Amino acid sequence: MRIRFLIPVVTFVGIAAMMWYALFNLNPTEIPTEFVSKPAPEFSLEPVPGYGPGLAQEDLATGKVILLNVFASWCVACMAEHPFFMELKAQDTVDIFGLNYKDTPDGAAKWLARHGNPYKRTGMDLKGRVGIDFGVYGVPETFVISPDGKILDKIIGPVSPDMFESRIRPLLNEAGS
Amino acid sequence: MKSSFRLLMLSMLLAPFLVLSATAVFIEEKLKDPVLEARALEISAEIRCLVCQNQSILDSNAELAKDLRQIVRERIALGESDEEVRGFLVDRYGDWVLLNPPFKISTVFLWLGPAVIFILGAFAMVVFLRGRNRLVEDESRTKLSTTEEAEVNRLLKSDETGQNS
Repeated sequence: MRIRFLIPVVTFVGIAAMMWYALFNLNPTEIPTEFVSKPAPEFSLEPVPGYGPGLAQEDLATGKVILLNVFASWCVACMAEHPFFMELKAQDTVDIFGLNYKDTPDGAAKWLARHGNPYKRTGMDLKGRVGIDFGVYGVPETFVISPDGKILDKIIGPVSPDMFESRIRPLLNEAGS
Repeated sequence: MKSSFRLLMLSMLLAPFLVLSATAVFIEEKLKDPVLEARALEISAEIRCLVCQNQSILDSNAELAKDLRQIVRERIALGESDEEVRGFLVDRYGDWVLLNPPFKISTVFLWLGPAVIFILGAFAMVVFLRGRNRLVEDESRTKLSTTEEAEVNRLLKSDETGQNS
């Protein structure tokens, strides 16, 4: 009976805990992809001049898990994840395809020449329409693609080694076993 | 001299309106049919810009918002209904892209939550107030014993005559 005075306190603590969690653990700028376990949209793109074969929807079904990285030469955050992608390529951990978003052929080629090319294939989305079909709303974004060309997950912003271990590695292992 | 001063004052007064009309619409290709263009703007006003989040794509100057406005126009030019145009964007970006979230299972709490909380609060208040009233009533119902009543009467009487010492 006497604990009834605790009701407002408990209510307040509940709301405060919820807000505390949301403040530090949820990111409102991260909108999860609508495409989880759906096939990638249809598209067909020319490669960045001099950088590997082009990229189309059917190229994504490779029989293994791959990454599709949306990048651009004008994108500063892309430089943050780029060395890590070079590392993944050197270790042959996973194949990475590059979707060059709203860039110029020249700018993209120069950028890859300067920073190195981690991509097995590249596609130039000059107008950004393929990006929109994929639900891209900022660069960089990285899609994890299943062996049969379906989208498993999307990472928004630069991929860090930690994020790779927690979100991409499990998907790689799952498909491997 | 005086008239030119008046002109200056008038132009200063009107300057804000000039600026307003200049920022209201971004320079880009519009649909030729004004009815269709009006529809495109109406839909755009209800689509969230994913880069700036609490702006509609109509208000936003972001590159993506510009592209999405163009897509809305294209879809309308293709003869799609408002619902189909919105569906095209929802397929790609999810319900989040709609500034006005649809009513469905996953948004039930969003829509009905405030009403439910209000009703619960009102119910709790009614229970609390009735409980308090009952407490007062219970006190008034407690009868005095005969000796107590005699004592009360004695005290009241002594008070009336003012000889209470």
